[in-house]
Amino acid sequence: MTTTIICTVACLVALGLFFAVILYLVAQKFKVEEDPRIDTVEALLPGANCGGCGNAGCRAFAEKLVKTGDLESCFCPVGGNEAMAKIAAALGMESVEKEPRVAVVRCQGSPDKCVRTNVYDGYASCKVVNALYGGETGCRFGCLGLGDCVSACSFGGGVSINPVTHVAQVDQDLCIGCGSCAAACPRGIIELRARGKNNRRVYVSCVNKDKGGVTRRACTIGCIGCGKCAKVCPFEAITVENNVAYIDYTKCKGCRKCVAECPVHAIVAENFPPMPAPKPAEAAAPAAAPAAAPAPQEQPKA
Amino acid sequence: MKLKTFKIGGVHPDDSKLASEEPIEQLPLPQTAYISMAQHLGAPATPTVQKGDSVKVGQVIAEASGFVSACIHSPYSGTVTAVEPHADLAGNMVMHVVIAVEGDEWLPEIDRTPDIRREITASPEEIVAKIKNAGIVGLGGAAFPTHIKLCPPPGKKAECLILNGTECEPYITSDDRIMREHTEEILLGATIMMKALGVSRGYVGVEENKPAAIAALRSFAGKYPQIEVVPLKKKYPQGGEKQLIDSVIRKRVPSLGLPIDTGAVVQNVGTALAVYEAVQKNKPLIDNIVTVTGKCLPKQKNFRVRVGCTYSQMLEAVGGMPEKGAKLISGGPMMGKAIVNPEAATLKATSALLVLTEEETRRKAESNCIRCGKCADACPMGLQPFLLSRLAKVGGRFDELEQEKVFDCIECGCCLYTCPANIPLLDIIRPAKAQVTKIMKSRPKK
Repeated sequence: MTTTIICTVACLVALGLFFAVILYLVAQKFKVEEDPRIDTVEALLPGANCGGCGNAGCRAFAEKLVKTGDLESCFCPVGGNEAMAKIAAALGMESVEKEPRVAVVRCQGSPDKCVRTNVYDGYASCKVVNALYGGETGCRFGCLGLGDCVSACSFGGGVSINPVTHVAQVDQDLCIGCGSCAAACPRGIIELRARGKNNRRVYVSCVNKDKGGVTRRACTIGCIGCGKCAKVCPFEAITVENNVAYIDYTKCKGCRKCVAECPVHAIVAENFPPMPAPKPAEAAAPAAAPAAAPAPQEQPKA
Repeated sequence: MKLKTFKIGGVHPDDSKLASEEPIEQLPLPQTAYISMAQHLGAPATPTVQKGDSVKVGQVIAEASGFVSACIHSPYSGTVTAVEPHADLAGNMVMHVVIAVEGDEWLPEIDRTPDIRREITASPEEIVAKIKNAGIVGLGGAAFPTHIKLCPPPGKKAECLILNGTECEPYITSDDRIMREHTEEILLGATIMMKALGVSRGYVGVEENKPAAIAALRSFAGKYPQIEVVPLKKKYPQGGEKQLIDSVIRKRVPSLGLPIDTGAVVQNVGTALAVYEAVQKNKPLIDNIVTVTGKCLPKQKNFRVRVGCTYSQMLEAVGGMPEKGAKLISGGPMMGKAIVNPEAATLKATSALLVLTEEETRRKAESNCIRCGKCADACPMGLQPFLLSRLAKVGGRFDELEQEKVFDCIECGCCLYTCPANIPLLDIIRPAKAQVTKIMKSRPKK
């Protein structure tokens, strides 16, 4: 009885040792040399694995960054400039500052402005509805409100559907500008824009490419492509193409002349103080709005 | 005798053929007509008329633009008031020619007499040319240009023609009425297409729930011995091209293959009637038979409708939208499209206007998949819808979807119909199928 047990144990130990040696030799023979810096970079990344940088997760980003050494094109939107500065320091490179970005929803088609013409009760997915038909309203470009962007967001409520307006909205404090929602939106309504100084940004909140009349019938707050904003813009930041205006955020200085000019109120200015009073009260304006003083390059008054 | 049917899958919805005893009536002409330029599969036609032009019935108003495309003729006489985009039934903007209808003046070469012209003088090439110039498209629903189907690609040879008179979609009765009222014209149309294809065998597949149509077709058996009437067991989607070929000649179309690979060319009975009218009477495809039906409607009708009148006008003709009516569908309840814009114009391949009540359309609450496998049993293409929908839902697993042959899906809706958990399987699969087909098409050809 005892001999059987001893024999078995001895055999197993011998087998174990034998395979351990083989495994060790194989591991030595086929060892993959990996740059240790990849691990360093990965450790400095936030580890959200969101794909916002365009790579398949943080590891892939680290590999690409170490391989190319290009801090210009490899940028982690989640970690932002802070994390990138640390990575640059760890790699002994010069850090490249990038303007932080945020997602904006370019649609304001709430039921009171964009009337529902029919009821959809099928599978709740924007992608499915977009493949089927124009949507519940007369506007075939607007937000479908079924939340493909919400499920794409990996930052806990960065995007949500407003229960009143049924339009997607972005929480600018939670949004890190990874772009997952913009990629998930089948209608391309969500855009990544520069956050702007003090989070102040101006954008056209509409993507309707129909002619003015058609847009107007479908939605009272849709861009009709009249071009008034483009004319009034002192920085040539606005272009009107396919019956819809677009503000180039690299040129926009946030003067908000277009906001006042837009006849349909399709242009949105976020986080700005109230507009200074118009001309007749111009003299009183600076006194009345002291909070508006740090507004970026306002009123060129030329 | 045991009736034939296709082997794999299929479901048995209540056929509700309410309008089968209603003779075909002419729908009055509208005052303004909207003729869509995208009435067929493939590239939209290019308008050849301008604002202010006066047109006659049968005059070409748009030319085919591309290989898979068809020309469009004016179904009305009057003045073109605009060539502009209008919303189609799904609310998408499509180019339309708008005609203010004045009188009903036809081109003189169109033979409008009711006599049947039996002598086929045209050569096969002339037949195909006439069909092409008449703008005929498949009237079974997909609206594929007919002349392309009649010219098999090089290396492939047609062996037989199958006429599709199955009308497996519930509610629709237009093909049934055509088979009963225009029996000989259909058989002549089939003979013409058989001449064009150079085949000597023809079949008409008709489901058993249309005994009068089968009897009418059989009464001409002596005159047209080369065309065999094949009664089929009632099963949806028998009218699918691949299913019909399986039912009638017991051959299966290979995956990614064309029906011509089995030697069969399938044409709808409505198309056969249009071919007869085009070749023998010079009448282009400007009208078709549309069933207006629904359990909540006071009367059911089969109308001969000129292309370009609106759905709301058809609804008016049966007494307007009923109080209980909640949903309009163009086509049948299985594969038809919901109408978002009732002011949209009918197309060449419009087969029915179905009105459903809220009760009939309500979707039941979705629950979890219990892997019962009913959808896989029902799928007529032998796919596994539960697996496809799962892969599609996860998002982006297109390689696996391709392995599972999502491109074979014919979007018949059997899976969704049969699912005990009420999962909208097809709704989930459809966009994924579109994506996979797009990826496959974008690959360089070997």
